Amino acid sequence: MTLDDLINSCGEWLAVGGQFSDVVISSRIRLARNLKKYPFLSKASTKQQTEIEHKLFDAITSCNFGKNAFYVDINKSDSLDRQLLVERHLISKQHAEGQGSRGVMISGNETLALMINEEDHLRIQVLRRGMNLDDAWSEINQVDTILESAVDFAYHKQFGYLTACPTNVGTGLRVSVMLHLPALRFTNEIEKVFRAAKDMKLAVRGLYGEGTDAIGDFFQVSNQTTLGQTEEEILSSFKAVVIPSIVKYEQEARQVLIKEKPAAVDDKVWRALGMLENARAISSEEVLFLLSHLRMGVVLERVKHIDLSVINELFIATQSAHLQKRYGKKLDGEERSIARADYIRDRLGRAKPSDN
Amino acid sequence: MRCQNCKKQTATVHLTDLLKGEKHERHLCEECAVKEKITAKTHPPSINDVLNSFLMSQSVVKELGKLKCPDCGMSFVEFRSQGLLGCPNDYDVFDQALSSVIERAQDGETQHIGKSPGESADIDPIQRERLKLQRELREAVKAENYELAAELRDRLEEMHSE
Repeated sequence: MTLDDLINSCGEWLAVGGQFSDVVISSRIRLARNLKKYPFLSKASTKQQTEIEHKLFDAITSCNFGKNAFYVDINKSDSLDRQLLVERHLISKQHAEGQGSRGVMISGNETLALMINEEDHLRIQVLRRGMNLDDAWSEINQVDTILESAVDFAYHKQFGYLTACPTNVGTGLRVSVMLHLPALRFTNEIEKVFRAAKDMKLAVRGLYGEGTDAIGDFFQVSNQTTLGQTEEEILSSFKAVVIPSIVKYEQEARQVLIKEKPAAVDDKVWRALGMLENARAISSEEVLFLLSHLRMGVVLERVKHIDLSVINELFIATQSAHLQKRYGKKLDGEERSIARADYIRDRLGRAKPSDN
Repeated sequence: MRCQNCKKQTATVHLTDLLKGEKHERHLCEECAVKEKITAKTHPPSINDVLNSFLMSQSVVKELGKLKCPDCGMSFVEFRSQGLLGCPNDYDVFDQALSSVIERAQDGETQHIGKSPGESADIDPIQRERLKLQRELREAVKAENYELAAELRDRLEEMHSE
């Protein structure tokens, strides 16, 4: 597998399905780890940073995470490839924009990514579609344990796994669940979710994690503290309380909307579809807004001829780097808007019911 | 009402304890309540908030100014300005000062109880249980579930006397 193969698929974790898939897009867990005998990156020399990359690369390779796994040397990649990986949630913005020796090992189905030399020496990430933290934890825990047999991670009796930033210390565990909450946004109840989340020590962020805004009713909910609780305890508050209650909120809000304002819902949904089917130039931000409305229409069965998988595919395929990869050349802002509109019309045209 | 501990701040935390069937009332300000580990700070602030709010007296600044990791050369002052540590050894070199930063950033927690390399039982199970009860107590107080809080405190005291 190589990077160029990616644009024609959308990653196993974005496939349709999984628990609460009407509201939960995906579940993600990441672990932060550092090698025992090296300084963190802020104090590592260029030579040390390269050594860290090699050491971790060798360890990861020896652990054999599937024959379709592939490694991307981020330091040697061009900006388009780096952006492509950010758009697919396989590396962070910080990793893309970082400096020096760094890379990422990605499993063939894109559910596992191991970022080397991000903020910490190693960030392991596991992605799952819908709500599926048990499965994600079982995989990432196994990967971490296997790697531990190959390298020594910095560990402290009191503070647990040591990280460059003390906000990650302890378990090094960050859980992020990506949610689609159009009805709560529509009924202005989203603030309640934010407040409840804050009370539970959770952070609510935008689509691409830290420092990004929520666009088009998509939100990431994640834990803020990493110390003083076991991994299972952190996960279980998400599984048992946080996510089910937000999902229930959203589902109820959707039902109320359908019952009380069916025309308003349909108007939003069908307008969105109309725009997507007819626009000749469109920004990625507008696409997210429109796809959000359309997704609600599909989930609520107001629009029946479009499959949820088409929408998920459009989320990924209409982003800037994906479009440029598909067209095989650099496109400026205006050209991208046109290419994006063309692609969407073509894709939705193929989803239309045939006349016969 | 003034805080019973510092007698300066207004008491905002009101705790009713049931100790051996007898009712005890305590009234504390938020700071003293946090100090006594009765409550935790409500929202874990960002690392920058924590570092910025880390007000230090001149003498402490002088003392901390001297702190420098012999391994990586990171000084505490440098850590304060950038929010990232230089190497694993910093956690020991900056010990006390860093502990209080961690405590604030991690909502009052200072002890890891999760996975460890090779899953060797570094923490003894009684210690783990005690930490768990302490956390549940803080959460119960925060949720104003005083009945549960009183019960948890009794259990903690029992463990202490064992």
